[in-house]
Amino acid sequence: MAEETKPAAPAAPAAKPAAAKPAAGHGATKAPPLAPMTPEMTELQQRFGESVLAPAPYVGLLLSDKSKLVEVATYLRDEMGYDSVTNLTAVDYIKDGYFEVVYHFQRSRGGEPFTLKLRVPRPQGNDLSEPVPSLTSVYAGAEFQEREVYDMFGIPFSNHPDLRRILLWEGFYGWPLRKDWKEAYYEGDTKPFESRWPGGHHQLAEERVPWADNVNYPLGFDPLNFHADPDAGLYDTMAEGVPGLAKRNGNGSTAPQPTGVGAAVSVFDRDRNNLADVDELQTDQIIVNMGPQHPSTHGVLRMVVKLDGETVTDLKLVLGYLHRNHEKIGERNTWLHNIPYTDRLDYICGLANEWGYVLTVEKMMGIKPPERAEYLRVLMAELTRIESHFWAIGFLLNDLGAFYTPALYFITERDLILDLFESVTGSRLMCNYFRFGGVSRDLTEAQLAHAKELAFERIPRKIDELEELLSENEIVKARTVGVGYLPAERSINYSLTGPCLRAAGVPYDIRRVEPYGIYDRFDFEIPVLYGADVYDRYRIRVMEMRQSLKIVQQCLQQMEQTKWGDIQTGKKNYNHRVPAGQAYGRVETPKGELGFYLVSDGGQNAYRYHVRSSSFINLTSLKEMTVGHKVADAVVILGSLDIVLGEVDR
Amino acid sequence: MSDAVNRANPPAFENDPRVPEELRNNVFITTLDKLYNWGRKRSMWPMLFGLACCAIEMIATAASRHDLARFGWELMRASPRQADLMIVSGTVTKKMVPQIVRLYNQMPEPRYVIAMGACATAGGPFKEGYNVVSGIDKFIPVDVYITGCPPRPEALLHSFIKLQEKIEKQSLRTVPWYRPGEDDVVPVPVLGPDLIDMRRAEEIRQKAAVAQEQA
Amino acid sequence: MGLMGTGILKGLGVTLRHFIDTYAEDLKYLLNKSGAQQPRPLRRQSPKNRGLVTVEYPKERLPLPENFRYVPFLVFDTEKQEDKCTSCGICAKVCPPQCIWIVRTEDPVTKRPIPQPKEFYIDTTICMNCGYCAEFCPFDAIKMDHDYELSYYPHEQPHMRLVHDKAVLTKPDTYHASIHPSDWQRELADRAAEEEKKRAAAEAKAKAEAAKAAAPKPAQPAEQS
Repeated sequence: MAEETKPAAPAAPAAKPAAAKPAAGHGATKAPPLAPMTPEMTELQQRFGESVLAPAPYVGLLLSDKSKLVEVATYLRDEMGYDSVTNLTAVDYIKDGYFEVVYHFQRSRGGEPFTLKLRVPRPQGNDLSEPVPSLTSVYAGAEFQEREVYDMFGIPFSNHPDLRRILLWEGFYGWPLRKDWKEAYYEGDTKPFESRWPGGHHQLAEERVPWADNVNYPLGFDPLNFHADPDAGLYDTMAEGVPGLAKRNGNGSTAPQPTGVGAAVSVFDRDRNNLADVDELQTDQIIVNMGPQHPSTHGVLRMVVKLDGETVTDLKLVLGYLHRNHEKIGERNTWLHNIPYTDRLDYICGLANEWGYVLTVEKMMGIKPPERAEYLRVLMAELTRIESHFWAIGFLLNDLGAFYTPALYFITERDLILDLFESVTGSRLMCNYFRFGGVSRDLTEAQLAHAKELAFERIPRKIDELEELLSENEIVKARTVGVGYLPAERSINYSLTGPCLRAAGVPYDIRRVEPYGIYDRFDFEIPVLYGADVYDRYRIRVMEMRQSLKIVQQCLQQMEQTKWGDIQTGKKNYNHRVPAGQAYGRVETPKGELGFYLVSDGGQNAYRYHVRSSSFINLTSLKEMTVGHKVADAVVILGSLDIVLGEVDR
Repeated sequence: MSDAVNRANPPAFENDPRVPEELRNNVFITTLDKLYNWGRKRSMWPMLFGLACCAIEMIATAASRHDLARFGWELMRASPRQADLMIVSGTVTKKMVPQIVRLYNQMPEPRYVIAMGACATAGGPFKEGYNVVSGIDKFIPVDVYITGCPPRPEALLHSFIKLQEKIEKQSLRTVPWYRPGEDDVVPVPVLGPDLIDMRRAEEIRQKAAVAQEQA
Repeated sequence: MGLMGTGILKGLGVTLRHFIDTYAEDLKYLLNKSGAQQPRPLRRQSPKNRGLVTVEYPKERLPLPENFRYVPFLVFDTEKQEDKCTSCGICAKVCPPQCIWIVRTEDPVTKRPIPQPKEFYIDTTICMNCGYCAEFCPFDAIKMDHDYELSYYPHEQPHMRLVHDKAVLTKPDTYHASIHPSDWQRELADRAAEEEKKRAAAEAKAKAEAAKAAAPKPAQPAEQS
């Protein structure tokens, strides 16, 4: 690793030239360059002293005293205007023996994020590491992100209100994103695997592993005699006022638990029986589990709602039912391999995800796509935005009770856009179109004609029809105006991004905050509304579709001046080497800010591959939006957030 | 077995010796099996149940361009009690599989399962992941598998046609749900340190004990 | 809050318009025979169509775009009667989920590799249809198929059927030409250009040989790397 010889505490801020040599990953002896100081970093350093905050390798400041974290974060928020924690993750530097927790703070009025890092020693084996202070008291948006770090790395956060595993379940053995944790089908640290060529005799993964399946159990594990409770702690804070649960919790976990197969199977039944204990029913409060199989949860999301009559008094989310280990697989993949995987993050808008990843890698490699490719990227990404918003509005209406008819109309339009994607890229959903320094194919005349027909004729007409059908529809208004209100300050504090934040009056759009691609060449607006409710979240999507259309139209016109077929910088290549370094890149997807935090050790694979997914972080605020509304509105509010479970659970 | 084959290929109606010559334009004979299967295959109600990317293609299949209802598969039912068919559309994760098995157990017979896409068939591109089940058929019986990542809507329709063909070949006399015996309820897997298939519990215990001794 | 029902009326109006548009489109299609040149489903699913029209699969199919990709197949050169694949292993390296297995042929005597695949497997239960193998193959030997009608019953042993071996994967280049016409044209052009280059190089080499006595300089390499 390039980080191997990194000094534990950098002695002097001797900023070495930032251009790190693309050294081969292993055995590199050169220390990584320290981050160049920005005015913000200097300000913070002066306030807290150089012994506490020193420049970190590559980017950001390193906090050496973790007990000061909350104080530093409060200062960042209150004095320096960094009002949200946009990304929070950790990296396991196994050779150096520490975990690095990385915070990206963001100003809602724009600018680059501020990077703060902090290190905790790596524990032995399966143990938890030293706790890190939780930032939830300063930034509400840290709640799910800290739980994810805890779940993946086993780094506990002290003073966290609800520190449980989030993507996996309570009781899962191990911390998957630690570098020394190996899954059942582990074949090698990096792809390509050697068993594939030249002696590649096909073998099913099942035939390779001792359990003949994708499972691994601790030594001496006895499935017939243990207590399984994957939901442990879930109901603890919700128990008050719910008779059955209060009784169960009164027993607490110290009470003798039933053991064995029957016990394990009956955890759910036991809960259910307790909840249905009519004799003890003293209040109206009950707990209802919606999902993971529920028609209105937009996938495999589980909402645990506490109801007083029909009013939601508390809400918790159980995630991870579609946790596909994106990050673990991504750290084994070569850089190129990851592009089609990003399609499957938010599978409604694959092209937008690809851009986020490719942009980040290009940032590290220091390359730029040719002119024509830039236009093609904008064209495809904006069509994706239109297509995704069509889908989101259609299914929001579904949640409102307009079952499937509006959705049908919008799916028809979406299919026409997907036809273009399919004829250009080869697939309707999983386009795999972006490449480092370009795109994979150019548009033919027929495809351009299709795109023009869509952009100038069809979609404008259909958006008008959509507005006619819905925008002033009294039923839609009666159901949505004032529902799911979350004011701007709270939205920012919850790290909400995307249309939902803009519907709360914050003009925060990555295309303007940190422009990428060639968005500066187009004439378009960032629509902002101030209602911060479901209705405005619907309307802002319609407005954004119109703006996207405007961009697509300009793009199609300006594209004519570029050279056909000039879509790739440099030679087409499959074994990219990315210079050692760290980068956080982000794009504005239809759902919000999609960020990628990548760490490279100079090799063919990402050392750390983290996805800052907007759907996941937007869900943090669902509770505050929902509490006080009717349970039927909870469904609508969730629909207005427009989440995609592939991106939530990754 | 030969009975079933006969039923699959009934004698051509025009030449059926059992119908007198003069009545052939007025009388329609069929077997009970044929009638039963004809009704069944044209009124399959899939469960409204999507897992991942493939679910988006499944919804597209139900939309107006491909229109699932043409096959009589009219309604997507949100309740497993009213559904005949489970389309496992997407990656099956370990955390989700207990719920899928529970849903399957709640579906009334006759019930069918389509494993849509590579993930549901055998894990797909995410097979190596630690939270991914290598195919839903590890837990519940599957009737039709579809390849593709994701399959096109037409590919899903093709699998429906395959499933209809399968239903056509079933006979009242041999189908398990009219025969005495216990329902084949699949034991719900348990989330412990890893996913535990309760049918393999004893084997797991022994192997883990052996591994501990060796360590 | 008064709900006067205008929303419902408007909604019904939009639905009615869709209904009428669909029939108007049918009428137009019947009257205007010139539109019949295009395949029916394609025309009726184009952005110009105003109605909501269903593709009557399996009776009619949407024509697939040339770039469409499903599972890969290997191209068999019918002219030379050999696999185009040289078992260089690039497809196995670029495959993101690592679903390609290749056994290279070895000379039984010298144990040196022969550019022919002995075995070739693609596990379509892992394949993510990304198309990298076709895109990065330097020999145009692996292409993405258009056949999406791949569903199996369990008694057909899908786990065996879905792992495509060389026999299943190999398809003639005429098939490739039929589903990828423009790609095929490009290949032919490339091949012609290469032949031309080779011929020129051979000529140059011959010339160089002739002039070797005068100037003992090595000839230009015949092929670029």
